[in-house]
Amino acid sequence: MSSTGPVGQATHPYAPVRDPDEPEVVPPRHVGRPLRRTEDQRLITGRARHVGDLRVPGMVHAAILRSTFPHAELTRIDTSGALAMDGVLAVVTAAELEGKMGPFLEAARTEISTLLKEKVRPTLKSCPMPVLAQGRVFWIGQPVAAVVARDRYVAEDALERIEVEYEPLPVVAGPEAALEPDAPVLHPELGDNVQTTFTVSVGDPDGVFASAPRMLRARLSMGRIAANAMETRGVLAAYDAGRGELTVWDANARPHLVRTFVSEMLGMPADAIRVIGPDMGGSFGTGMFPEDVLIPFLARELGVPVKWLEDRRENLANTRHARDQLHDVEAAFDDEGRVLAIRDRFLVDAGAYNAYAITVSYNSAAHLRNQFGIDHYRVESLSVLTNKAPVTPVRGAGRPEVTFVMDRLVGLIAAELGLDPIEVRRRNLIRPEQMPYAMGMPYRDGVDIVYDRADFPDQLEKALELFGAEAFRREQEEARARDRRIGLGVSSYVEGSGYGPHEGAVVRIDTTGHVTVHTGARPHGQGLETTLAQICADQLGVRPEDVTVRGGDTATIAHGIGTFASRSAVTAGSAVGIAAQRLRRKVLAVAGEVLETDPADLELVEGRVAARGTPERSVALAEVAHAAQPGPRAKLPEGMEPGLEVTHYYVPPTVTFASGTHVVGVEVDEETGFVKLLRYVTVDECGQMLNPMIVEGQIHGGVAHGVGNALFEEVAYDAEGQLLTGTYMDYLMPTAAEVPPIAVGHQVFPSELNPFGIKGCGEGGAVSPPAAIANAIVDALAPLPVRIDRVPLSPERLLRLIVEAKASAGAA
Amino acid sequence: MGGEREITLRVNGRELSGVAEPRMTLADFLRDVLGLTGTHLGCEHGVCGACTILLDGRSVRSCLMFAVQAEGHELVTVEGLEGPDGTLSPAQEAFSANHALQCGFCTPGFLMAVTEYLAEGAPDVDDEEALRARLSGNICRCTGYQNIVKAVRAAAADVRGGAA
Repeated sequence: MSSTGPVGQATHPYAPVRDPDEPEVVPPRHVGRPLRRTEDQRLITGRARHVGDLRVPGMVHAAILRSTFPHAELTRIDTSGALAMDGVLAVVTAAELEGKMGPFLEAARTEISTLLKEKVRPTLKSCPMPVLAQGRVFWIGQPVAAVVARDRYVAEDALERIEVEYEPLPVVAGPEAALEPDAPVLHPELGDNVQTTFTVSVGDPDGVFASAPRMLRARLSMGRIAANAMETRGVLAAYDAGRGELTVWDANARPHLVRTFVSEMLGMPADAIRVIGPDMGGSFGTGMFPEDVLIPFLARELGVPVKWLEDRRENLANTRHARDQLHDVEAAFDDEGRVLAIRDRFLVDAGAYNAYAITVSYNSAAHLRNQFGIDHYRVESLSVLTNKAPVTPVRGAGRPEVTFVMDRLVGLIAAELGLDPIEVRRRNLIRPEQMPYAMGMPYRDGVDIVYDRADFPDQLEKALELFGAEAFRREQEEARARDRRIGLGVSSYVEGSGYGPHEGAVVRIDTTGHVTVHTGARPHGQGLETTLAQICADQLGVRPEDVTVRGGDTATIAHGIGTFASRSAVTAGSAVGIAAQRLRRKVLAVAGEVLETDPADLELVEGRVAARGTPERSVALAEVAHAAQPGPRAKLPEGMEPGLEVTHYYVPPTVTFASGTHVVGVEVDEETGFVKLLRYVTVDECGQMLNPMIVEGQIHGGVAHGVGNALFEEVAYDAEGQLLTGTYMDYLMPTAAEVPPIAVGHQVFPSELNPFGIKGCGEGGAVSPPAAIANAIVDALAPLPVRIDRVPLSPERLLRLIVEAKASAGAA
Repeated sequence: MGGEREITLRVNGRELSGVAEPRMTLADFLRDVLGLTGTHLGCEHGVCGACTILLDGRSVRSCLMFAVQAEGHELVTVEGLEGPDGTLSPAQEAFSANHALQCGFCTPGFLMAVTEYLAEGAPDVDDEEALRARLSGNICRCTGYQNIVKAVRAAAADVRGGAA
């Protein structure tokens, strides 16, 4: 492993060397402005088109029968009653798929970098999930059979006529139970229930622990949440039997990966499949699902278009869960509260299958040390299989869990030393003059982590000031005198954003002078149609309203990755910007032919090319596009390809590190355990902001997500593996009444890793709230020694902790 | 199931008819029979509020009503909020101007609930807690509600300013 600490140079070691042959970056003009979003108009007038809104002639509807047992043998499935119903076209089970469909691909095949595998040598056991249950079911909600019928009502009637006999098997209800020597093994071919493991060691943690003045241990955990995009999943597929081509409209954030899955599993050429991403109502992670392939399969087999829309009950049971980590962690520290070393061993309750392998758990390992310069560190991770729904990355993806761990440790160390937790935090932050700072271990892409330039201490002070921490402390004293318990909590985070391996853009100017951008990134609510147009407008020299951005259609761009991992602004943004720069150069070259002027004397401003100093010598972009059309009258420099179009695939050197500090004020009712959030402040740093209005919106939404994670949202199973949170009456989503007013401040340190200084901001807001809120509750109840080692913290759970703390304080 | 019935109602000022089984929800009738897909379904059990429409001026969850129950009633959906010349309603304008939507899936339901609130004269719009409680019948996963609260205040000011 590489060493830890300042890299000893001002420039980031991975900053690309500028190629002198590449066009210059145009300084931002539209980028950085809070431009109103172009996508809004259709969304506020009812003209948006989501998968559920699309209709294709002859379309029929699918519904899916799901397991009602967490672990059972499927001893008999009888579909004859359903098949006999009027309006039912087909009923399929695993038996009907046999020999017609390859095994479901594991995302880990592409997700886990080869370089990381070489450096960390994780244990990764392959365990592909069947599309429909084969012989056994492993979680409540696992797909067992599919019905296709005239309409959805009939399809759901038919589900009730499928007879399934289950022979219940012993249930593995949690990660510790899964590790017991006599635990039932979910997938016997794996040998045990441990699906992935890895250990990363930095410095000499054991040596430091042996000589450290102080140490403490804690067991800290975070419950399971569900992603809960407001649009549930949906797939519509139509097969053209004459041409042998499939068109798939899918509410999935990774259309090109859907095409790969369909192509490989159904044995069709990739270009015979077009996957289109229509409007999409959120995603927040989640990944690939059997239905992404099953619905196209049914459309091909039956020769009619098939639509399937998930309902919320299926979604809560099945569309994917996240978090669910249990950490046994130790910190070695000195009398001043400086953290000298951390040792952590954690379990991820991965559910019944874990297609993403170490994606989330490695994120956890890479982000645990947060903004702190802790040079000795060991982390060991085990992803364990249980009879619950599979987990995937969901907004934050491993970071909220470890940020909770680290920032609770800061609180515990402060309590042990009788120090203010904010002071302990200050003493451990990496200082700006130490940047760029190497963390001594690889990131998930295998590249050794080096934090980008940042100023964490200033970020903390700014956040405290924006919150009004000093005034709050006075308010707190007065409140205490009146038996009101209010408190303040802080948490900070770093986030590797803009994960590769690439994203691309096609930028094209048509003969009306209009610009269209096609990208593999897939908008699902972030405002990419607006922000990417802002970048394109700057680098090309047009107005944002002259640029239309379309994402997530496999027919318009050959390769694409998709939108997740706070990656689209960084990767697609850079791809669009670089393609637009190159296109500008081409426009100027063609205009030079038209105007018979040296292109070096020309500039492109607001859609017109003009000679510098003599603006009357000018030509509109539309005319340049005409001149560049292929044909005998094309006016092109010698050897130049016709057409005003450039494609660029941007490959980031590694991720770029964004960061933030959150401060929250809470009021705790000691009698009921009820927590009220008073106000929330963040100071975030995500490099050059493309559109500050959109950045702030991302942070607001992330905070609300984190508030749910901290206080309300939990996917609960009972000891027998039965799902207890199947509706929004049991799974509590935060509403406007629970989420406090949020104020957002900014720092800006443009990234050196891409030409436009961009860092991602999609997930950061969701990372710190559980830690900040837990710390604030502890602060509110002090000096009562309430120990918060798990979120979400329901009023019932908190009340129990308060009662226990009072009892122990009374006994002491 | 059978027993299909013809249902006639007024939607967005136009008389429309369609055929539905008695068990068909009003939301499915609007979306699948009348083709008005602006009304969205987020949970189909009456919690998320995405399917909110106005029925005789009052907000209802269209996923919790049967289409047959709407026979003869006057409905407004998100498609009916724009003026005939395409002018956005105060709620629509304020949501866009204040970035009160991201993915926009919950937005039609919010817009209908806010339209009703504005029609009531936006009571207690400056009382943070009261306003947030009023908006708590709709779930949004993207915005954290911050800009929705801001947009509702802007729309209320717009409506009051326009009335004065």
